[in-house]
Amino acid sequence: MTNSSFLEAKGLAKYYPIQADLLSRLMGRTAMLRAVDGIDFYIKCGETLGLVGESGCGKSTTARLVARLLEPTAGTVYLQGRNIFALNGTEVQKLRRTVQFVFQDPFSSLNPRKTIMQILSRPLEVHGLARSLLEKRKRVIELLTMVGLGVEHVDRYPHEFSGGQRQRIAIARALAVSPEFVIADEPVSALDVSIQAQILNLFRQLQEELHLTYLFIAHDLSVIRHISDRVAVMYVGKIVETGTVEQIFQAPMHPYTQALLAAVPLPNPVAPPPRLTLSGEVISPINPPAGCRLYGRCPLAGPECADLDPVLRDRGGEHFVACHKV
Amino acid sequence: MPVSGEAILQVERLTTRFNLKRGTLTAVDDVSLTIKRGETFGLVGESGCGKTVTARSILRLIPDPPGEIAMGRIIFEGEDLLRKSAREMRAVRGKRIAMVFQEPMSALNPVFPVSTQIADGLRNNLGLSAQAARRRVVELLRLVGIPSPEKRMHDYVHQFSGGMRQRVMLAMALSCDPQFLIADEPTTALDVTVQAQILELIRQMIQRFQMSLLFITHNLGVVAHMCDSVGVMYASHLVELTDTKTLFAAPLHPYTWGLLNSIPHVETRRRYLNPIQGSVCNMLTPPTGCKFHPRCEKAMDICRQQVPLLREVAPGHHVACHLY
Repeated sequence: MTNSSFLEAKGLAKYYPIQADLLSRLMGRTAMLRAVDGIDFYIKCGETLGLVGESGCGKSTTARLVARLLEPTAGTVYLQGRNIFALNGTEVQKLRRTVQFVFQDPFSSLNPRKTIMQILSRPLEVHGLARSLLEKRKRVIELLTMVGLGVEHVDRYPHEFSGGQRQRIAIARALAVSPEFVIADEPVSALDVSIQAQILNLFRQLQEELHLTYLFIAHDLSVIRHISDRVAVMYVGKIVETGTVEQIFQAPMHPYTQALLAAVPLPNPVAPPPRLTLSGEVISPINPPAGCRLYGRCPLAGPECADLDPVLRDRGGEHFVACHKV
Repeated sequence: MPVSGEAILQVERLTTRFNLKRGTLTAVDDVSLTIKRGETFGLVGESGCGKTVTARSILRLIPDPPGEIAMGRIIFEGEDLLRKSAREMRAVRGKRIAMVFQEPMSALNPVFPVSTQIADGLRNNLGLSAQAARRRVVELLRLVGIPSPEKRMHDYVHQFSGGMRQRVMLAMALSCDPQFLIADEPTTALDVTVQAQILELIRQMIQRFQMSLLFITHNLGVVAHMCDSVGVMYASHLVELTDTKTLFAAPLHPYTWGLLNSIPHVETRRRYLNPIQGSVCNMLTPPTGCKFHPRCEKAMDICRQQVPLLREVAPGHHVACHLY
């Protein structure tokens, strides 16, 4: 881990107690869903860390922890040198100006009963960034222009816009407070392919113009490849591999990363077909067994893999892999 | 799967409309396509283009009102499905043409165990006894790769994972040995590794049962991998129709170019993608002429005036565009 990180997460964990069956409860065993189970990662200033993994791996929970929308069970997240979970009330308010969030679903993340003007003014009001109606309107129009929408959209309601346009509005809302760090949780998954491209370009453009740092979550590997500088791969609550986008996509080391890449059908009829390199099904994050989470599916697994959970180790050039066998 | 020369399904000039309070929406406009026996045909397009309505029109699953199949013929194994009575169609659905849907959680009944749901079709369509149906259910679940099928057949839909549910849907679709399968975005809601498993399973099943397949998707990678031929739909029209290799190697319609150029690739990376500018028109008040013209770099005057017809411009390659 570097000293000059913009953001650094250490031992971050989030567990949810689950109502176990009667017998287990009588025997004093509670079931714990370990959504995020002790992860470490860092993000450098101005870069995009892509967080990728399949459903249930904990990436959305991680995003919410980093945004302090959830309280962790354990661990710290240092943003610009300060632990976000150790801040007092006024400091948290300030945090909300530095860190903003864009959600996946452009249909449920905007209040359907408010106009665009109201939706975009709210953050300005909350943080005292604009007093008069004139100031607010000016800033709202500025934000709409930044995301490629027009002044004519200001007094309309969310349902009058398409999915892609709503996502632009959601991005404008995130930018209203001039944040330094934007967390985007699957922001293009709900959009059509041709609109995805527009929104991805918008993210890039805004990053360059406003010097933003991104934590970008997606399950689509091609989107991750396109938008990220560095990538972290998650599996059942753990980070299994981290590296630059070239390291991850051109020289993946962890068997799970390799499996993910092998499974992607390429939009080219003469390219090799998708391959399945893992057998079986993903284990449950509820009371996971000791040892590596991929044990039982992994073609490389050995006896030590069943007993000991591998930790992330630098294999050279800040390419971290958590595996006993590579 | 070897594709014979014979057509199993011919859709001729299909037009499906919805008569809504706020206006008439033509969801499928004069669409014609032919699927040969043994072929996997991909129908590609983005949301709202009409691909699902086309599939549902084939099986006459369009609610009437407000929907109506206003025009066309759907010739399946020599018979026009649009001329059949409701009773005759029930004998087609499930038995001769089966369908797999995108969201298994919505398509399967949550209050019945899966065995009951699969057995339902077996008993109604094939007249099997309860016992024979149960045996067949176990066989089918085993066939689609569900472990411990004798136990799991008594489970409810919510007790299965996404991939497993899709396997159950496939088992149900295959239960009566249909000749033709329609799969409407069967892997869109699934993780990439699970998708790979389900696609492989579908391939094995169509080989084994010698079926023809209409595969609906918006994912071009899936099309490239699964389909022999492809039809591209845009705003209710079929705009390009050809075999898969040609579509990717030499696409003709500007929308197809746009789609292929705008997707990020897992293998290569460009700084900015080339998206298609603008967005799909409002289908209640579509533009005159070609519906793609407001977004098309190559739009000419005629494009604003006349809807281009689908024409064969090269052997086996059809396109609806005034450029040709």
